[in-house]
Amino acid sequence: MDIDLMLRVYPFFLEAAWTTILLSVLTALLGLTMGTLGAAARLSRFAVLRFIGAAYVSFFRGTPALIQLFILYFGGPQIGIQLDAFEAGVIGLGINAGAYMTETIRGAIISIDKGQKEAGRTLGLSNWQSFYKITLPQAGRLMVRPLGVNLNMLIKATALVAAISVVELTYTAQRYIGSTYKPFEMFLLAGILYMIIIYATGRGVAWLDRKVQIT
Amino acid sequence: MSDKSHFVEIRHAQKSFGALEVLKDISLNVERGQIVAIIGPSGSGKSTLLRAINDLDPLTGGEVWLDGVQVNKNLPHRQYEKHINEMRQDVGMVFQHFNLFPHLTARENVTMAPKMLKGLSSAEADKLAEEQLEKVGMLDRIEYYPSRLSGGQKQRVAIARALAMKPKLMLFDEATSALDPELVDEVNAVMKKLAEEHMTMIIVTHEMDFAASVCDRVLFMDQGVVVEEGPPSVVFKNPSKDRTKEFLRKHLAGAN
Ligand SMILES: Nc1ncnc2c1ncn2[C@@H]1O[C@H](COP(=O)(O)OP(=O)(O)O)[C@@H](O)[C@H]1O
Ligand SMILES: [Mg+2]
Repeated sequence: MDIDLMLRVYPFFLEAAWTTILLSVLTALLGLTMGTLGAAARLSRFAVLRFIGAAYVSFFRGTPALIQLFILYFGGPQIGIQLDAFEAGVIGLGINAGAYMTETIRGAIISIDKGQKEAGRTLGLSNWQSFYKITLPQAGRLMVRPLGVNLNMLIKATALVAAISVVELTYTAQRYIGSTYKPFEMFLLAGILYMIIIYATGRGVAWLDRKVQIT
Repeated sequence: MSDKSHFVEIRHAQKSFGALEVLKDISLNVERGQIVAIIGPSGSGKSTLLRAINDLDPLTGGEVWLDGVQVNKNLPHRQYEKHINEMRQDVGMVFQHFNLFPHLTARENVTMAPKMLKGLSSAEADKLAEEQLEKVGMLDRIEYYPSRLSGGQKQRVAIARALAMKPKLMLFDEATSALDPELVDEVNAVMKKLAEEHMTMIIVTHEMDFAASVCDRVLFMDQGVVVEEGPPSVVFKNPSKDRTKEFLRKHLAGAN
């Protein structure tokens, strides 16, 4: 194993790791937004919105994320959507992550005993007041861990955007293989950096989860 | 014109869940300061009737009136929501499983609704919470989260939470049924105290002794109808209907 080589190329990989992190953060933000909207749609009192929410979830969970990225990036221009690779990566992965987060958020909300909302309504709170003062704070605490799982998956899924040539970690590893012919070292180095990002994120999620729990 | 002077008036209440008719033409009047117990076998519609009073389970037929105002009146959705939220502020409800808010302390459980709905300042709401928790004997646990309270303590906080809205009417749906036997008395004591203060109460209960000791009137329900109704001395000691006798035989046998 060529450790010297790994140390030499390491700074370039680090730079690529920042791109992966930026991609992850933007994807996570878009995913959370879409997940919130998706959950609101799936829990709506209007059948049309429930249908749209369900269709969104089944399409994006029921097809490979890579195909979704290809449709957006390569197929997009055909229907008038011009995006650069990074934009397509964020939007494609964000919408995909949002489908998973929709189910996470909805799951947490429906797991709150309906007696909670009833107790609020009985006191005179409106539907919305009971939701945001009673149901949501409880559901929010339950969501932290499963959203952490979604985040973990989403970070790993950012590797897919190498296929549309976003210069992030995986793409960078592939590029260095072209000049060094050392796939083992290059992919290992990328793997180590992914692991550090994911480990740190996992610790952050665990910390947040502890912080919001009621003792 | 019918007489609307009763404090609570239920007229020809009918309720179906799909094909299942749970309440069949029930009428009931409760006067201010009266305490009415509803007894009857499980599934007879007691909870449904109680929950119709504050429209938690809206009736499919009939009317509910409270203090001269119709609760289940026909209004467009938005207006109805506003109306019902106002009505509910006057009707306290206590549930079998307490339904305390687990993410809030005892204090916050009590202060939340008065702050949100009555615009109380934090200081006013705190004072109110202290008064109400004192009344139910829970002042020393004011900063506790529900997870650290016993069932009886939770139920007393739930009562304080309801009382903080200064309701005109209190509804109790088997408030002691989920409690270990040794915790029942502390909750009953709070309910007795309310009775002494002439709070109007409708109490669904399985405890015949308690019903007999605090109530002015007892309703025996079975299969969605009121089978028998009268003062506890008559309904418990001298019931006229066979179904009442049979029910009481089963329930009083265990009690004494
Ligand atoms: N939300 C509901 N949907 C369908 N059936 C219900 C619902 N709530 C109650 N019921 C049915 O109505 C009947 C009366 O229930 P309930 O009022 O809870 O009885 P009780 O409180 O006397 O035990 C039961 O048969 C019960 O299964
Ligand atoms: Mg019941």
